Formats: sequence, C-alpha cells, structure tokens
Amino acid sequence: MSTYAQKKGFGATIWDYLTTVDHKKIAILYLIAGGFFFVVGGLEAVFIRIQLAVPNNDFVSAGLFNEIITMHGTTMIFLAAMPLVFAFMNAVMPLQIGARDVAFPFVNALGFWLFFFGGVFLNLSWFFDGAPDAGWTSYASLAMASKGHGVDFYVLGLQISGIGTLIGGINFLVTIINMRAPGMTYMRMPLFTWSTFVTSALILFAFPPLTVGLVLMMFDRMFGSNFFVTTMGGNTVIWEHLFWIFGHPEVYILVLPAFGIFSEIFAMFSRKRLFGYSSMVFATVLIGFLGFMVWAHHMFTTGLGPVANAIFAVATMAIGVPTGIKIFNWLLTMWGGSVKFTTPMLYALAFIPSFIAGGVTGVMLASAAADYQYHDTYFVVAHFHYVIVGGVVFAILAGTHLYWPKMFGTMLNDTLGKITFWLFFIGFHMTFFIQHFLGLWGMPRRVFTYLPGQGFETSNLISSLGAVFMSLAVLVLLYNVIMTSVKNVRVGNDPWGDGRTLEWALPSPPPFYNFKQLPLVRGLDAYWLEKMEGKKGMTPAEPLGDIHMPNSSFLPFVIAFGLFVAAFGALFNMDDKAWSVPVLIIGLLITFGAMFLRSVKDDHGFHIHKEDLMEDDNDKGAKA
Amino acid sequence: MQAEDKLTYETWPAEPEKSTLEAKNKFLGFWFFLGGETVLFASLFATYLALKDKVPDTTHTLAKDLYDLPLTFVATMLLLTSSLTSVYAMYHMKNFNAKKMNLWLILTLLLGLGFLGLEIYEFTHYVHEYHHTFTSSAFGSAFYTLVGFHGGHVAFGLLWITTLIVRNAKRGLDLYNAPKFYVASLYWHFIDVVWVFIFTVVYLMGMVG
Repeated sequence: MSTYAQKKGFGATIWDYLTTVDHKKIAILYLIAGGFFFVVGGLEAVFIRIQLAVPNNDFVSAGLFNEIITMHGTTMIFLAAMPLVFAFMNAVMPLQIGARDVAFPFVNALGFWLFFFGGVFLNLSWFFDGAPDAGWTSYASLAMASKGHGVDFYVLGLQISGIGTLIGGINFLVTIINMRAPGMTYMRMPLFTWSTFVTSALILFAFPPLTVGLVLMMFDRMFGSNFFVTTMGGNTVIWEHLFWIFGHPEVYILVLPAFGIFSEIFAMFSRKRLFGYSSMVFATVLIGFLGFMVWAHHMFTTGLGPVANAIFAVATMAIGVPTGIKIFNWLLTMWGGSVKFTTPMLYALAFIPSFIAGGVTGVMLASAAADYQYHDTYFVVAHFHYVIVGGVVFAILAGTHLYWPKMFGTMLNDTLGKITFWLFFIGFHMTFFIQHFLGLWGMPRRVFTYLPGQGFETSNLISSLGAVFMSLAVLVLLYNVIMTSVKNVRVGNDPWGDGRTLEWALPSPPPFYNFKQLPLVRGLDAYWLEKMEGKKGMTPAEPLGDIHMPNSSFLPFVIAFGLFVAAFGALFNMDDKAWSVPVLIIGLLITFGAMFLRSVKDDHGFHIHKEDLMEDDNDKGAKA
Repeated sequence: MQAEDKLTYETWPAEPEKSTLEAKNKFLGFWFFLGGETVLFASLFATYLALKDKVPDTTHTLAKDLYDLPLTFVATMLLLTSSLTSVYAMYHMKNFNAKKMNLWLILTLLLGLGFLGLEIYEFTHYVHEYHHTFTSSAFGSAFYTLVGFHGGHVAFGLLWITTLIVRNAKRGLDLYNAPKFYVASLYWHFIDVVWVFIFTVVYLMGMVG
C-alpha cells in the first residue's frame, strides 16, 4: 500500500477503497473478497468431508447436506475462483501491457461491487430459511421442486454477480486492444495477458446464456411462467443446455488464466524464455474456441441420442491436443533452464502431473459410452477437483505468492510458503485420488451418507483426512500473510530478481498512475531484454507530460447496492409480504437513479501535472 | 484531441465518435457489449423455438392462428424507418449540426414510440381475444419473454436517447458527448436487427406452421 494510504486514518482508507477506480486497489478488493469466500467454501468442504468420514454419520441432515454441497460448489466457482482470478488480472494485466489503468475504471469498480453484493446476497440465504439445495448446476427439475427461498437466492445472487463478471470481461478486452504501450504488439504480450484476453472473450459469450437461464428460472419461480413446467408444455432440458453452454466455457474461463500464471512462473524461474511462445498463444485461442463446442458432454446421459453424443465426445477429446501442446511447452521451458525452486515454482511443478491426471480422466469421461458408468459418481468429483484444484487453485496459490510483493510491497515468507505448498499438495492428492476409485466402485456423488460394509469406509476416511491437511495449509498461508504484513519489509521493483515482464520494471506497489512515462517495448519479455543489455529500467516512449486520470466515485457501490436491495424485494414478493414491492421499487430507484446521475453528470477525470510528477522522483510512489 | 476541447465546424474531426482514447474505448466496448447481447437474444430465440406451440391442451391457440401479420408489418416498418432516421441523425452529428441531429433523433423516438404502442396493443389483443398469456402455456412464456425482452430494449433505448437529448440540448456537440450519441445509435440499430430476426423467426415462420 502506498505511503499515502498509510498517512490517512482508518475511515479515510475505507472510503478510499469504497470509491476507488484504480485497478490495483480493485485487485486488492477482489483478493480480499475472493479470499473470504474461499474460506467460506472451504469450511463447507470440511463439513462435507466430516459428514462422509464414517458411514451412517449424522453430523448434518440430508437436507442440510444438499445445501452445503450446493453452496460449496457455487461459492467456490463464482465467488472464490473467479474473483481471485480477476484479482490477478486486475493487478497485473494493465501493468504487463504498459497501461495506466483499464479502459473503463468506473466499470471496473462497478464489476467488483456487483460481484460482491451478489455473493453476499447468495450467502445471506443461510440466514433466511435455508440455502439453495439443487446442486451448483441447479437443474430445473430439482430447482423447481425446491421448497423455501434457497433457489431464489441462487438465481438472484448469481444474476447480480454475473453482470459484474460480464462487464469486467468487456473491460479487459477493450483494455488489451486499445491501451497497449508503444511497441507492445499482440505477439509480444505476456502469456498471462493473452490468457486474460481469451478468457474475457469467453466471459463475453458464455455469461449471456447463464443470464437467460437464470431469467427463465426466475420467471418460473416468481411469476408463474412455464419454461420448465412439463405439464404446461415446458422442458427442463432447456435449462441443462443453457447452463452448460455457459458452464463448460466457465471451466476454461477459470483454467486459462491459471495456464497464464504458470506460463509466467515457468519462464521466470527457469530463467529462460517461454518455449514455443507462438504455439502457446495459438493453443490458448484454440482452447477458448473449442471450449464452446463441447457443452453437451455434461449431458451424455440426458438422452440426446448417439449422433449428438458422438460429435460432442470427439470435440471434447480434441481439446486434449492444444492442452498437450501447452504441457510440452512448459516442460521444454524448464529443459536446460536454470531452475529456481521458489514457492510459486513448486506449485507450477506440482500442477503438471496433477493437471494431467485430471486431463486423462477428462478423456475417459468424454467417451460417451463409458460415461454412463462414471456419470454422477465420485469419479466425476475426483476428475473436476483434479482440474480445478490441481489447475486453478494451485495457480491462485502460486499467483498469491508470486504477485504478493507487486500488490502489497512486501514478500510472503518463502519457507512458510513451501510448508503451505507441501501440506496442500499432499492433502489434495490424499483427498481426491482415492475418490476416483470410490466412483469406480459405485459410490454416487451428492448422497449424504453411505452404509457400512460396502467397502467405502477406509477410502472415505482417507479422503476426509486429506481435507485436514488442506485446511492446515490455508491456516499456514493466513499466518504467513499476517506475519509478513506486520513485519512489512519493503521490497524493490523486482523482488524475485528474475522478472521478465513490464510489471517488474515498476516499484512495488506501483504509483497510482503506474507509468510516469509509457515504456517502449522492444520485444517479448520487455523488461528482461533491457536488463540483459545492462539497463536499469525501461526506455520511455514519450516525454514527461501531464497524465490524465479518472476520478474516484462512490456510484459503483450505490448502483450495486440498489440491486442488492431490489433483490430482497423481488424474493419476498413471493410470500406476498406487504413491504416487498416498495423495497423492490426503492432498490431499483437507487440503482437507476445512480446510473442516471452518472449519465448526466460529466466526468472528465483530472490531470497530474508534469511538475508534480517530477517532485515524485524525490518521494517515490508517495503521491496519490 | 481531448474531450474538453472546444471545437468548431472546421476543427470537428471526421470521426468524432472515436477521436479520443475514451471515445475509442467506448466505441469498442459497446461493440463487445452488443456481441454479448447477440448471444443473449440467441439464447432466447433457441428457447422460443424449443417451446413454440408447446401448450398443455388443444384449447390453446397456436402460432399460425394467433399472429396478425398486417399489424406486425406496420410495426416492422416503423422500426426500420426509425433506424434510417437515426442514421440521418448521426450524419448531422458528424457534420457538427446538433440541431438537425436532435430533430432526427426526436423523429426516431416518435417512430420507436409508435412501435412500442403497437406491440402493447398486440399483447393486450392476444391476452383478451385468445387468452394467450405469459402463464397460460410454455409457448406463451417463451413468446412474451423473447418479444418482451426486445420491447424492453426498445423502451430502454427511448429513455436513453431522451436523456441524451435533454442533457445536451443547451450545450451542443463536443467530443465528450458525440461518442455517447453514437453508441446510442448503435444500440438502436441493434434493436432493429433483432427485430428483423423476430419478424422472420417468430411471425413469418409462425405463419407457415
């Protein structure tokens, strides 16, 4: 945090974060909120494993178990993994392309607050007669039959946070296309920026089908329409299609940034240029494209027929090709490199075999005929945890250690980082490896208990013990964060000593305008090139001049808060509560009033003058 | 060029909608937004096609007996013409003529309002004459959701363009508000394109069964 923030009081700092439009601060907000929901989702996972540790357990009831698994999946995907990935995109991508901020700083803040209020709304369901209990996929046939308001919280909460994600995706796309520094051609962009770019395109095209699916379900549950009511001509398979047209690209939305982070780590800590850069870019784009062609492999047992199943099976297996290209490129990046085993690098190394295991079971599941055997068993649970934990969560933990100094100006302790890594790595494989076999032996997923004498006891106990290791790993990480924040040893531009890309040419954390003068980019790994020529920093591409910056604004918070209020009104309108319609109207008035205000009030931003920038040389990064 | 620059007819750039960085961002970002909107409507179209004529029993009116082509033809003409008038408005925007731009925009609004009026009449007609309602069948739900989403977009567009005209009535054009007018007209064209598909897929294909 800049020295400016430290000079301010606590209240002023809070206000600063509530109104900020600075991508670096929004990144911190995403990291904190995403980290919080990660812990919440993690606790839910622990409850699941406690319940399943022994047969015939009554730690939770069957109904509560359904709520816990639903909220675990929904929270981890939408409220933990996505925002944590967004945190790194916000923190790093604009720096990597040499930009002073994102294209739409206001929209960036709005995206965060929408996600945040959507997530809070969803989790408040615990305190209002029950959380959603129809699974994270919320299949209509289950969701329509769900009593209480759980599913309504799901529908409205995800709708609100989904809008936030969508506008975030548009923002990143425009930023990358329009705001690259001089010389930063597409084929010189770091891989993390490339994966942000492709991910954002996926978000843009994948989220609207979810929006429509949620709207249809909302109409059915709240306004008596009949999309999913079979007696009235409705069809629940429509939900499956819409959900998975979103849901499958969502997997790539999560894992492509993970690939991006690992690509940076492999190159940095092998101290070697990424092997096969252009084929990496090609593979990223191809995975993004194919990601839209495979959604029905989640529906092999729905009964779409052999032709549809065959097409989607082949398309699914085809994704193995670009993914394989990536794996080999990472291996060959390390080949002949001078590998340094830092905490992020350990995650990267562990990621390769873990993710390949998930990929192999993915190809197994893609065989439509065999899928009838695996479907809805623990084999599927093992598969997607191998790709999502082994890919995405490893990348998030690696990215946390890697970019922590760039975001906060101090390093996380490497020894503690390695302890976190080993605890998490062992715990992860202990929990999920055995689940492949549980699935093959016939244990169904989403069932709250099992009987003794079926051969499931030992395996489930091992699986639950693994969760203990992962929990300990998270506790060590939290301790690490607190301890290093208290010590607060400040670090320079390139604390790892091996930075290759533009973000490492800036102070840690960078000044709020990022680049005093936009840098001239002369090739891939721009900063590394300059270092190799013995230069200390980037060559500027422009003379020192006034810098145009956006104004802070409280409106993003207000717009999102209005929808949060309106959602309560909409939800309780189903119970014919007298106050529900006024609450709905007040919420919408808050939102649209704030949007109207934003529209009619000119916001030209402000200029930092040249003279102030020159003064800044004396007290680095202190001005805000 | 900066958004705050005071400009004259002579210094007004050829493409005022993308002559500053902010404007370029807005221009591109809005195109991406329309890309997302396209997928949104594609999903609604798919839902409609899956649920077309899906009714609980034989007493319900089906698409071919329901739709009134002359009425929708008039509505189509109104909306298509409003797209043309918005092009004229943008022509005058590019020529730094705020007065004429506003005139054509107001004409666009009137045509859009006419379209919306016809749509509301059409909906009430279906409800009262045929008991084809939002809750009467899956077909009804899908029809009113698809066409209603479009109608909602038209209504939002009317409010948006009205706000723009009122807000900028006194100060004329500059590089700060020119991109705003431009993306509003893009949005209006998009609404028009969606309607062309609704007219084809819902009404024309509805008539042939």
